[in-house]
Amino acid sequence: MTDPILLQARGVTKSFGGVNVLKGIDLDVLQGQVVSLIGASGSGKTTFLRCVNLLEEHDGGEILLDGEPIGYRDQGGRRVRLSEARVSAQRARIGMVFQQFNLFPHLTASGNVTLGLTKVLGKSKAEAQEIAEHWLDRVGLSAHSARHPYELSGGQQQRVAIARAVAMQPRLLLFDEVTSALDPELVAEVLTVMRSLAESGMTMLLVSHEMLFVREVSDHVLFLEQGRVAVEGPPSQVFDQPENERLRSFLGRFHGLFGASSA
Amino acid sequence: MSGLGATLLSSALSIVMATVLGVLLGVALTYGWIGLRLAARLYVDVLRGIPLLVLILFTYYGLALFGVNVSAFWAGVIALGGFATAHVAENFRGAVSSIPSGQMEAAKSIGLPFVNRLRYVVLPQAFRRMLPPWVNTALEIVKGTTLLSIIGVVELLLASQQAMARNYMIIDFYLFTGLVYVAINFTLSRIGARLERRFTFARS
Repeated sequence: MTDPILLQARGVTKSFGGVNVLKGIDLDVLQGQVVSLIGASGSGKTTFLRCVNLLEEHDGGEILLDGEPIGYRDQGGRRVRLSEARVSAQRARIGMVFQQFNLFPHLTASGNVTLGLTKVLGKSKAEAQEIAEHWLDRVGLSAHSARHPYELSGGQQQRVAIARAVAMQPRLLLFDEVTSALDPELVAEVLTVMRSLAESGMTMLLVSHEMLFVREVSDHVLFLEQGRVAVEGPPSQVFDQPENERLRSFLGRFHGLFGASSA
Repeated sequence: MSGLGATLLSSALSIVMATVLGVLLGVALTYGWIGLRLAARLYVDVLRGIPLLVLILFTYYGLALFGVNVSAFWAGVIALGGFATAHVAENFRGAVSSIPSGQMEAAKSIGLPFVNRLRYVVLPQAFRRMLPPWVNTALEIVKGTTLLSIIGVVELLLASQQAMARNYMIIDFYLFTGLVYVAINFTLSRIGARLERRFTFARS
């Protein structure tokens, strides 16, 4: 691979009130790659994702985006938290889509998308509006740009949330179980949007329980277990010939979708 | 009706003061670092615990004791405004804590710095939730201005009483005075209801 490393995590640790949730995560995401984290709940995948965007702060190790440490800098061997302004600037380069959509309810669909464009990237209202229309169209919602979130279905809300994140032209997009809160019949429309983003070369790091989708779009899959990376590799290897006992039993829970279940 | 002006003016000034300072104090109460938060909490708890009349008398005589010479009118406004500030601050804190944490996270994730997260994401939602208790506080302030008569501010009540001393039409004047307060407060609550409708963004 000649693609540069976009995101690099080295020995990332995190504990909540004495419970070690992350026990040293190493991970590389190359530019243009789709990398997925799978694992049982409590394995630390969502926590890791939140650390990348500084919604949680890792206790140890480092996370580098384009080689630049996220959230902290090293000052003579001591970790010093970056200023609020620096942290915000780093966050602006990383987009995030949430399980619960988290659209701003007081703004329209297009208002949700333009807020960051005007207030963070400093674009003019007209330009932001144009970009918002473009992305809302890309996610199939151009007819709904003036609607408020409460007027939209869950799948539509999530697509607005994706438009909001991707319109910022982030270096990296994070997806945190974005289909878990959706009714089954609405999952496909969101996955379609994600697939098209992946095909357009967007670098994506996702946490998902949609195993078929993960297998289809991922370049690299990591199976997390109790705060560690237990297995990693290309999807064919992780899904089709899992050697790890825990991974086999984890995959076996997905209705016999994989060869693993027959083992 | 010379008192009506004093009632309206002292109410308006107190409400404005309470709204501005209350929101600032509410931000301190919600997001301030620990020292600031404790100071804000102390202010809110003390001010809410003191009877309004005691507070008015204390402000009027107390400020003079410290060599600050303010008229009875301004002492009254400061006392009422300071009292209502505590209520607004607490309402703000309550409103903010009822906003799902995902809102702040989404605002963070698009890179908005703290002040803009408040301004564009938290405050618009908090104000909508604060509106009903804010109207309540405003009504309390209007009624509370009657207490300013104790320190000699000739507001609506005291003006009416002075008139009664001349013409002895006690029932008529109290009835009339009462109705004027109802009219003021009814107007306020209509404005509040209209604002509520104006800022409704979700059926819930």
